[in-house]
Amino acid sequence: MSTIFLIIILLLGFLITFQIAKASEYVGILKGEKKNFEQNNKINGFLMIVFLVLGLIGVYWCNELFKGKILGESASDHGKKIDTMLHITLAITGVVFVITQILLFWFAYKYQYTEKRKAYYFPHDNRLEVIWTVVPAIALTVLVGFGLKYWFHITGDAPKDALVVEVTGKQFNWIFRYPGKDNIFGRKFFKNINDDGNNQLGLLWDDPASHDDLVTNQTVYFVVNQPVKLIINSRDVIHDVGLSQFRMKMDAVPGTPTTMWFTPLYTTDEMKKMTGNPDFEYEISCDQMCGKGHFSMKGIVKVVTKSEFILWRAKQVPNYAQVFPASVQPAGGAKTDSTKTVASISAGQSMIAKK
Amino acid sequence: MSQDITLHGQGGALVGHDLHEEHHVHHHKETFITKYVFSQDHKMICKQFLITGMIWAILGGLMSVLFRLQLGYPDSTFPWLEDILGKWAKGGKIQPEFYYALVTMHGTVLVFFVLTGGLSGTFANFLIPLQIGARDMASPFLNMLSYWFFWMASVVMLCSLFVETGPASGGWTSYPPLSALGDASEGSKAGVDFWVISMALFVVSSLLGGLNYITTILNMRTKGMSMTRLPLTIWALFFTAILGVLSFPVLLSGFILLLFDRHAGTSFYLSDIFIASTKKALSNEGGSAILFQHLFWFLGHPEVYIIILPAMGLVSEILAVNSRKPIFGYMAMVGSLFAIAILAFLVWAHHMFVTGLNPFLGSVFVLLTLLIAVPSAIKVFNWITTIWRGNIRFTPGMLFAIGFVSLFISGGLTGIFLGNSTLDIHLHDTYFVVAHFHIVMGVSAFFGMFAGIYHWFPKMYGRYLNNTMAYIHFWVTFAGAYLIFWPMHYEGLAGMPRRYLDYSSWTSFNMFSDLNRFISTVAMIVFAAQLMFVFNFFYSIFKGRKVVTQNPWGATTLEWTAPIRPGHGNWPGEIPEVYRWAYDYGKEGREYIPQTEPIGPNEHAH
Repeated sequence: MSTIFLIIILLLGFLITFQIAKASEYVGILKGEKKNFEQNNKINGFLMIVFLVLGLIGVYWCNELFKGKILGESASDHGKKIDTMLHITLAITGVVFVITQILLFWFAYKYQYTEKRKAYYFPHDNRLEVIWTVVPAIALTVLVGFGLKYWFHITGDAPKDALVVEVTGKQFNWIFRYPGKDNIFGRKFFKNINDDGNNQLGLLWDDPASHDDLVTNQTVYFVVNQPVKLIINSRDVIHDVGLSQFRMKMDAVPGTPTTMWFTPLYTTDEMKKMTGNPDFEYEISCDQMCGKGHFSMKGIVKVVTKSEFILWRAKQVPNYAQVFPASVQPAGGAKTDSTKTVASISAGQSMIAKK
Repeated sequence: MSQDITLHGQGGALVGHDLHEEHHVHHHKETFITKYVFSQDHKMICKQFLITGMIWAILGGLMSVLFRLQLGYPDSTFPWLEDILGKWAKGGKIQPEFYYALVTMHGTVLVFFVLTGGLSGTFANFLIPLQIGARDMASPFLNMLSYWFFWMASVVMLCSLFVETGPASGGWTSYPPLSALGDASEGSKAGVDFWVISMALFVVSSLLGGLNYITTILNMRTKGMSMTRLPLTIWALFFTAILGVLSFPVLLSGFILLLFDRHAGTSFYLSDIFIASTKKALSNEGGSAILFQHLFWFLGHPEVYIIILPAMGLVSEILAVNSRKPIFGYMAMVGSLFAIAILAFLVWAHHMFVTGLNPFLGSVFVLLTLLIAVPSAIKVFNWITTIWRGNIRFTPGMLFAIGFVSLFISGGLTGIFLGNSTLDIHLHDTYFVVAHFHIVMGVSAFFGMFAGIYHWFPKMYGRYLNNTMAYIHFWVTFAGAYLIFWPMHYEGLAGMPRRYLDYSSWTSFNMFSDLNRFISTVAMIVFAAQLMFVFNFFYSIFKGRKVVTQNPWGATTLEWTAPIRPGHGNWPGEIPEVYRWAYDYGKEGREYIPQTEPIGPNEHAH
């Protein structure tokens, strides 16, 4: 019912606009084409300056309104660099934006038609053109310079003491793997994947390195202030590990592992206090279209202190032990030792192990 | 064939040939079919492209209204949606598969069918022969085929909407493996086949058109029309056509490999895949999913310039005509178009900074990408200088041209954020990207197109569009465009990902629900304003105020020397000869001097 009502209102609105439009055309003819044109020109010229003023106020107001909702404190060291870069870019482009928009609308308003004005024949001026080729070129050189400095740092090699975690995307959730006490990820092969047989990653059980690998879903644990290196895979289509609070992102491509590293700076609990939001979580969002469940492909990152991490780690049962409970000797004491080595696994070693 | 000969008669042709030509013009009979359907007249083909483009624009816009409804009101149900869409909106809620089909089709339709086919097809066809002084295209027959391939592509795409498993739903970029595997997504079953076939037909259309445009511009300019006397519209359309001819074949090759992977068991893009829904590992090994992205963006990036260059050309012309001043820095404008066309081929991988691309390679693409800002800046400053000290008439075309410059600045500047790989890590695939490309190539290109339609409608149909509706259309669209897309930058800065249909379960992104509702409301109002434009367009074709003077805008270019309603062949007598560049406005005390007027004895050529 309300839909029909809405459609009727819309149609009426159209009809009225149309009638006014038609009437104003007739009035225009009666008034004389020239007078009609001059009147319309004045109105539109005035609206140009109105649009400029309202627009700039709107931009300022919009900034104030959303200040608190965007870009909270970056939770990683790389994120801080990205934020700095963002502010440099924002400053340069902001100045250009305001100047060019003001010039555009102000000229439009100021040089609107009057009978007396003669347009100024000004086809070219080499000096001016050189200026606005060189100035943008310099500004862009600055931006490229800063950008690449940070880029090479962020995409450079991970520190040796990085915690290495493998992340695998699938439709529509995330699988995480820690290499276990031997610091080596066991080999895997996609044809071995068996969800019913509790082997989500297709680990090869005849490789002893796989026996202590921890496989978890949904939530992944990182240690605060310790670099973390992610080795990113996909089981089916392209996904993307998006970590907006850390300002990091990397695609998960089937068949081609990718990597990314950063250092988390605040634990989840610290972020809860900093943001004043008791429900705060670091969320992994899938940022590459991956099918109908794309919008709900969520993972959680828990950033914890080192001791909390060791505690958590000790409670986990390796994938192998879950599949073959009988074959594993109960060895409670060994587990706490293993976590120390996990924490200091070298990045290079694990890459070799993968091959 | 006789028609071809007629149309090819140029100023420099033999006298005997000319006589022959006259003979045919008088005795040539046209039926309804040859005049309106299988027409070889560039002006009719232009209208065919324009109206087909408009139909697609309405459909594409309507799709965006539907998914904005979902984004603005994720918790509500709309029973009438189920009445219209059936299982796709079960219980009055748009289903995820259908949501993704909507965004995919919205993107495909608007990027390719409206802003490539509709924009280039319309204005290249209309303006090239009329502004260079030719009777028609180099090959009117290929030109006709170009439209009919576009029409076939349209029909196939339209059919895909009615396939049981739904149309393609992997995004307008259709990245494999998602687009290659029917088991991974409903839309990748028959939908992607239809999509690929339709796109292949579209590529054929675009190539036939493009080759024709290039040939016509190079070979069929009237006497005296040297390249440097061409209006900037023609230069822009020329570079657009070259971009299309060089990049569309690469896209086609990418699509063919995709078809092989889908149906012939090859592994170009597929490797190491296990499908959870069928519990099966695929046999494919050794392919690279990223290869498709290289092939796609090798067209995909030039494509955005294919969209924006014609708009730039139209705007340059309209700004000069209505400021009553020459375009500032003509050679710099041509030079920057050339620079953009070259750089367009060297920046594609900036869409792929976070695919695991080699960081060094990434840095090269950062440099080349930001380099493009220089010619873009030159163009903006030249446009602003063009209106400086002019005597500006705010015709609807002029309003849209000024709007274009404003939007191009806003959208261009955010490109400097995204082209910088460091920032792209955070902003990639967020609403910042959505805001950026909608402003800089979506809305801007539409503004260029609207400017062109309002400016050349009198030449196309011999009538004017209604001005009052045009002014309402402009101000609502202009304000609406900023209200819709400006706030999206903030969502993007917060990292809010695109292509999500519901953010309510995310603590990181659920703070924008009010804003999403606001954007959806404005989007619907703006869409209604576009319907008003469509009404104005069709009403004015039949009932608009008649054009009574040959040159209503007081413009210098050749199209305004043709009769008010030119027949096939454009000029009844000889093709006019050209003596000067296209921008002698306000020169030596005269308001404008047409290109056909010889340089006076005491006059300086510009």
